[in-house]
Amino acid sequence: MTKTVLQQPLDVEAVRRDFPILGKPLAEGRPLVYLDNGATAQKPKCVIDKVTECYENYNANVHRGVHTLGDRVTTELENARETVRNLLNAAAVEEVIFTPGTTASINLVANGWGRKFLSKGDEILVNLMEHHANLVPWQQVAAATGAKLTYLPLTPDGRLDMAKLDGVLNEKTKIVAVTGMSNVLGTINPVAELARRAHDAGAVILVDAAQSVPHHPTDVQEADIDFLAFSGHKIYGPTGVGVLYGKAALLDAMDPFLGGGNMIRYVYQDRFEPADLPAKFEAGTLPVAQAVALGTAIDYVTSLGFDAIAAHEHQLTVHAHERLSEIPGLTIFGPAPEHKGSIVSFAVDGLHSHDMGELLDRKGVEIRVGHHCTMPLHEWLQVSSTSRASFAFYNTLEEVDALADAVQYARKVFRLS
Amino acid sequence: MSDELYQEHILDHFESPYHKGVLENPTCAHRDKNPICGDEVELALKVDEEGIVREAWFQGHGCAISQAAASMLVEEIEGKSIDELREFDAQQMLDLLKVQLTATRQKCGLLGFKVLKTMVYSLDGTPAVK
Ligand SMILES: Cc1ncc(COP(=O)(O)O)c(C=O)c1O
Repeated sequence: MTKTVLQQPLDVEAVRRDFPILGKPLAEGRPLVYLDNGATAQKPKCVIDKVTECYENYNANVHRGVHTLGDRVTTELENARETVRNLLNAAAVEEVIFTPGTTASINLVANGWGRKFLSKGDEILVNLMEHHANLVPWQQVAAATGAKLTYLPLTPDGRLDMAKLDGVLNEKTKIVAVTGMSNVLGTINPVAELARRAHDAGAVILVDAAQSVPHHPTDVQEADIDFLAFSGHKIYGPTGVGVLYGKAALLDAMDPFLGGGNMIRYVYQDRFEPADLPAKFEAGTLPVAQAVALGTAIDYVTSLGFDAIAAHEHQLTVHAHERLSEIPGLTIFGPAPEHKGSIVSFAVDGLHSHDMGELLDRKGVEIRVGHHCTMPLHEWLQVSSTSRASFAFYNTLEEVDALADAVQYARKVFRLS
Repeated sequence: MSDELYQEHILDHFESPYHKGVLENPTCAHRDKNPICGDEVELALKVDEEGIVREAWFQGHGCAISQAAASMLVEEIEGKSIDELREFDAQQMLDLLKVQLTATRQKCGLLGFKVLKTMVYSLDGTPAVK
């Protein structure tokens, strides 16, 4: 069956009305210009309402009670799981594990898969644009198993240097851990090609999709991804919940990570038998209301349509590059807009990012400053910190102008001409 | 809203800092950084036999607040005794800055102060003589 999807362009003004916080001015009536979506996205009313609905109407623990509320909340949770499966186009709903977030998902793989299948001499292929969440767990598991981290070099403009892949991917490589989209450079990585090359070398691939999933369509079967992690709060859902997708065969072969309730089939005095997927990796009480409302957030995003979202966000990114490039002494880090998502990181000579963040806030422009959990990347960029604007579908061209104007204002305060 | 944080005297110290650079043969030196934002300050002192700071220099990089504060600090402590520096407290440092700092920015404003405190306390009660 062919699916005909009618893509309407985004009605940004209408979309903005779905987000209560966007209509609330900051102190002294300054309008909020929220450009820190890479850190966490704002929540539409339907998501906020879903959390409330859950607590007001069917709050209970899942998979436990045999009562009405327990049944209802379990159904809601499993519906949300199906929504995630559909978002990722996973083959089976058991391949969707609810976790506390991207960090927890990657740690689950590093421990449940890495500690079982890695040993001395094995290699974990990473690269310098990874978030600490996709580096530190691998450093920990490398220290525990004797495996070692190897790095795929970056091109000068901040893309993976695919021409150098042959030099670092070989029979010793057991896993390729790579971000779908850099949270600093915005670079969108060729994960399908990396998956194919990893598989040819006998390795598996883990994609940190924290930044890519909210902005671009994801298809784990088409791209042949083995593991994929993302966070609810960056896709307009609640904090505290995230997802690990894994191919069933891999998840089955792994050891459970956390032990406790729900993850067992049977417990004896001296041992246990793990439960089937997905419960095997869902020890303890889940963030139930959050997972249920994550389903609502995903429904909301998919109803807008990824093509429309990507088209609008690309326009914002191009405009930001244009406006910011006009500013003297300003450097943008990362590739040209056609190779990246809606993230623009920059630095201005003579103006530390901390001061930049503070002065932009005076104008209501909220960005992130610092190293954005990517210290090795900042070392490579030879800057101690950067300022990062990250756009969502509810941002406007006028807000991008407000960003550029606020940067000019900050330069003026710092007496830079 | 006024930009009371970035007043002239802060920007002046940031742009033209007092004694920013290397001090040869210091009596003591210490460095620390603020891991969240990467601000870094190193202080180096030359202390005489009476325990008086003859010269104080700093090096570092980071936001205007951390760097201006370090500049004000080295200017302030020259001529003071190590005992006086032991007495010197955070409020006095904040008073030097003369601006209201939020909790996060206090980490910046007090970075050099923290380095100084660690350094003088490691000088072990007796005046440091090289
Ligand atoms: C690329 C990337 N990976 C991982 C994370 C960590 O996500 P979380 O803090 O939700 O676990 C983030 C969020 O900052 C990110 O941008």
